[in-house]
Amino acid sequence: MSIAVTTQLICFSILSLVVIIGALGVVLLESIVYSAFLLCGVFLSVAGLYLLLNASFVAAAQVLVYVGAVNVLIIFAIMLVNKKEDLKPIENLNSRRIISTSICLTLLSLLIRVDLSTVWIIASPNSSIGEESTYRIGEHLFSDYLLPFEVASVLLLMAMIGAIVLARKDVMNQDISTGLPVDQELIEKTKEPFLINKN
Amino acid sequence: MENGLDLEYIFNEFLKGLGLSSEIAHIIWLPFPMLLVLVSAVVGVLVTVWLERKISAAAQQRIGPEYAGALGVLQPIADGLKLLVKEDIIPAKADSILFTAGPILVLVPVILSWLIVPFGQDLLISNVGIGIFLWIALSSIQPIGLLMSGYASNNKYSLLGGLRAAAQSISYEIPLALSVLAIVLMTNSLSTIDIVNQQSGAGILSWNIWRQPIGFIIFWICALAECERLPFDLPEAEEELVAGYQTEYAGMKFALFYLGSYINLILSALLVSILYLGGWALPIPVEIIAKFLNIPLNAPLIQVFTASIGIIMTVLKAYILVFIAILLRWTTPRVRIDQLLDLGWKFLLPISLANLLLTAGLKLAFPQFFGG
Repeated sequence: MSIAVTTQLICFSILSLVVIIGALGVVLLESIVYSAFLLCGVFLSVAGLYLLLNASFVAAAQVLVYVGAVNVLIIFAIMLVNKKEDLKPIENLNSRRIISTSICLTLLSLLIRVDLSTVWIIASPNSSIGEESTYRIGEHLFSDYLLPFEVASVLLLMAMIGAIVLARKDVMNQDISTGLPVDQELIEKTKEPFLINKN
Repeated sequence: MENGLDLEYIFNEFLKGLGLSSEIAHIIWLPFPMLLVLVSAVVGVLVTVWLERKISAAAQQRIGPEYAGALGVLQPIADGLKLLVKEDIIPAKADSILFTAGPILVLVPVILSWLIVPFGQDLLISNVGIGIFLWIALSSIQPIGLLMSGYASNNKYSLLGGLRAAAQSISYEIPLALSVLAIVLMTNSLSTIDIVNQQSGAGILSWNIWRQPIGFIIFWICALAECERLPFDLPEAEEELVAGYQTEYAGMKFALFYLGSYINLILSALLVSILYLGGWALPIPVEIIAKFLNIPLNAPLIQVFTASIGIIMTVLKAYILVFIAILLRWTTPRVRIDQLLDLGWKFLLPISLANLLLTAGLKLAFPQFFGG
């Protein structure tokens, strides 16, 4: 075995170990902050796997979108939620765990079955396009994948407008979920000098 | 483009002459450029710290460091040694794993980004195809490290500082990436080497700063914000937040933050000089000078000479920008957090989008000037 192949093998095994252990940690750890940070590690190692496959553009996009945007947003949301309340203990936790584990294992076996039964077309190493992939992705996005690309952008626009409407309650007079009129006093609080009130 | 000096090739040929296989020669070669870049980054930090002390002293009509070496040049080394031997404290109620991992996550992406900084035609660690995009992707990891250290310190000032730092770097990353995109549009390539070569046509006149003046200003403002330099140093605003996410850190862990912020400053200055100021190119192209003096450019000695001139030019341009950044730090007041976010989202983002649109239009209208 040549040095390059050995290095690739070592990198691959380390990255896949990190992905598997990290993902298990995300699900199983009690602390939600740890889960969020471990998710970042999982995303980074997936980017590393893309790099091993010579898809550097996809790897960089993975880091930028998943680590730099999605994960930062998740951590932000966790840290800005400032509620100190004890969560109610969940009933029949053990039976719930058993059911979810068995569902996950079934899905895993299904995936393994698909993996083993499909005949994968493995491109020869010489046909890899490497650095040219950036151009190819661009060409595909603006020719045969134009419609999905545009639909995705419309979807994102809708999500953005929705988020703005939800965040700015003063736009709506009625609460969307309950149908009750929105309490406008909650939005613009008048400042009361409390030192004067106390006397 | 004619290849200049190829040190890797010469080195590998030398090792092959000693009877080693080409793969082993490659592995022996690999650490050298990385070590060189790491050392030059750290030396760059020392120089910048000294400059910061001296320039701030001049701005405040003081003398500044004077006794440690001539003109105080050894002062930054003394600072570094002090941080190295200080006790490494982890607060009792802090989360020790995240507390340790935070500074590492801040520093490593910055150093990795040096991978794509070219000092000459072949003088960079790796001419990866995604080039400048790698830097944008890597710099987006940093906020996670900041949030991590802010959370792990178990201190309200640290948490607020970390949240502010992450909010700031997320909001300034978008205009930054859009202004880089305008350059990429003109170059038709993401590679930093191609970006410099595209500007090498007519010396100083063909630098991107004349074709992308708006992009240049946006990039510089955003780079300052990403480095958390004043006027945008809100994450560590002393009067409000003690020292932001660094409050609980001491010793070498604090030094990692310190190093990270200065390496980031130098990196940003280098990237401005590569993207907008022609990188290693002289204001008058080397080809014209060589023709004027009747020197063949292919002679080995001349190549060494032009390569060193290139390195000096890149570093010189970068340090002029560092000087401007330091001068800005000691002469401008800090903006408020709402002003900072307003500037990023309501001003820089629309302007940079308009700049991108304008660049695309100009590229279609005048392909010979804006890269066909």
